[in-house]
Amino acid sequence: MSTLVTLPVLLPILGAALTVLAARSARTQRLIGIVVLAAVSVVAAVLLVAADRTGPVVAELGGWPAPVGIVLVADRLSALLLLISTVVTLAVLVYAIGQRISDYGRETASTTFHPIFLLLSTGVSLAYLTGDLFSLFVAFEIMLAASYVLITRRTNASRIRSGMTYVIISLTSSLLFLTTIALVYAATGTVNLADLAGRVAALPEGLRTLLSMLTIVTFGIKAAMVPLHFWLPDSYPNAPAPVTALFAGLLTKVGVYALLRTQTLVFPGTGPSAVLLVLAVLTMVVGALGALAQDDLNRLLSFLLVSHIGFMLFGLAVYDARGAAGTALYIVHHITVQATLFLVSGLITRRTGTVSIEAMGGLARRAPVLAVLFAIPALTLAGIPPTSGFVAKLALLQAGATGGAATAVVAGFVVLASLLTLYAMVRVWVRVFWGTEKEPLSDDDPTDELVVGTARASRPMYAATVALVAVSIAIAVAAGPLSAVTEKAGADLMARTPYVEAVLG
Amino acid sequence: MITINLAMAVVLAVLYSVGFYLLLQRSLMRILIGIVVLGHGANLLLQLAGGPPARAPVLGTALPEEFADPLPQALALTAIVITFALTTYLLALGYRSWVLTGRDEVQDDVEDRRVAERERPEGSMEEDAEGPDDEEDPGSAAASDRTDEPAEVSGSGAAR
Repeated sequence: MSTLVTLPVLLPILGAALTVLAARSARTQRLIGIVVLAAVSVVAAVLLVAADRTGPVVAELGGWPAPVGIVLVADRLSALLLLISTVVTLAVLVYAIGQRISDYGRETASTTFHPIFLLLSTGVSLAYLTGDLFSLFVAFEIMLAASYVLITRRTNASRIRSGMTYVIISLTSSLLFLTTIALVYAATGTVNLADLAGRVAALPEGLRTLLSMLTIVTFGIKAAMVPLHFWLPDSYPNAPAPVTALFAGLLTKVGVYALLRTQTLVFPGTGPSAVLLVLAVLTMVVGALGALAQDDLNRLLSFLLVSHIGFMLFGLAVYDARGAAGTALYIVHHITVQATLFLVSGLITRRTGTVSIEAMGGLARRAPVLAVLFAIPALTLAGIPPTSGFVAKLALLQAGATGGAATAVVAGFVVLASLLTLYAMVRVWVRVFWGTEKEPLSDDDPTDELVVGTARASRPMYAATVALVAVSIAIAVAAGPLSAVTEKAGADLMARTPYVEAVLG
Repeated sequence: MITINLAMAVVLAVLYSVGFYLLLQRSLMRILIGIVVLGHGANLLLQLAGGPPARAPVLGTALPEEFADPLPQALALTAIVITFALTTYLLALGYRSWVLTGRDEVQDDVEDRRVAERERPEGSMEEDAEGPDDEEDPGSAAASDRTDEPAEVSGSGAAR
């Protein structure tokens, strides 16, 4: 069983190497990418079942037991997030392949795209599975280095700035993370998360708070938490639609996952955290208000992404089993729906030739399929029953209502931010899908991957988008079993003992 | 818990403050050097986290207390490789940026530029001379064409 835990990391990195070797054959590259990600999805599903039935699955790398060696741990939370992330990555890969086919014709192979895509997936898998603070840093670096290449690939003068901003901000947060690791090691003499869980508790309170705040800042930058979010709406919309979808779906959520893991395992609190509650409110409200001011569809979605990071922070800030369960469920829902929205946005901009909401109109009559594809994830994001967004928000609101007076107040902001999300989505709907029909704008540069207005969308692009919409519906349908898993995951996170005992034995 | 000597603490303080100061500059080259200096600071801190200098680990035989802690050294080595690789990438990106835009300055935030455009009264064009002249080259003009900005703003951008 424990070899299985290494597969989600090994398969994509080996696949990346193979796709480099197969650089001359586009078909082989695509096949490797799809097979690898499908295999990782299956492995993740098996791990989830195993972790749910028999507790966390642990692999000791090189045979060295923790805390000396590095361990990979798949508990309920990490296996669940790994599963949903890989499924979304697979769908995005199919979409990206479809887009490249319709942009360049069938026989174009790429030396960079497929290897880098699989490396990104490696980093994400490692970040979820690792039980070691330094490996978490390495995982982030693999993931971010791949994302730097994806966001600056085929860049031009108008987009290089946002790419630079993204790289510089991410590097800064990585160096802060390195500083945190050094301080943690100096204070405790270990970087194993399970070992840290015991040793950090013995530190003086001031030092503990300092280290805890440093991790919040580090992962806060990666998760785009207000006031550390400025880079996100500036950089994400400047990548091709599938890349943006992947970033929006996964990268920030990996930051939230790291925050959730370290704050519950290493720096456990006793009640609702005032700092995190304030940050959650700020993130929810600022993100949602920012979205209302946008005219660029992708920027609008990016601000909504920031806003919904606040929802996840809120579940963490409540700091009990229900809150953690709510956050876990919300991450699962949000990875799917945010990626779907960016993919749909890619389809919309290809049809209209613009990203400006004002310049679109009457799309519902011209492209009814697109209208349905947009409406479902939009309503899901806003949390209208019976979508998965409603299920996830209900879990958060329940946690807020039972967590005390402060969390109940913040739960009110959750409702407010949901209404603002709904308003932003309705505004998009009215401008883009209703109103007078407008002629699609012509495409300035057909060789540009960020193309808007080729008016061509291949079948794989629609298939991938439909598949993700189906996944988000499936989350709503399977809400019962899924919340059973997340509730147990939340209880595990708060109890800490299942994880620590599985690792340290 | 590890304590470090004063000299090293001062060196760390200098590296971190210089690094962050340079990060806040507008010139891309300075930012890059800032990242490098900050990376040195972080790697030095990792080294120091292993305790005071001692015998080289693993090599030879001695009491365990006489050896230096090998783990932070391994961590620092990994971190050095990563920061080195990413610095190289950033350098390449900086060069690309210079080739494409003809300057190595980080431009204002898109939103900031929009707000500045809105607040500027009609006809006051001379303020532009001071700011980084983003609209001069065709690249940035293409940026405003990409509907980052509302119609009236890109109109005034084209007028300049």
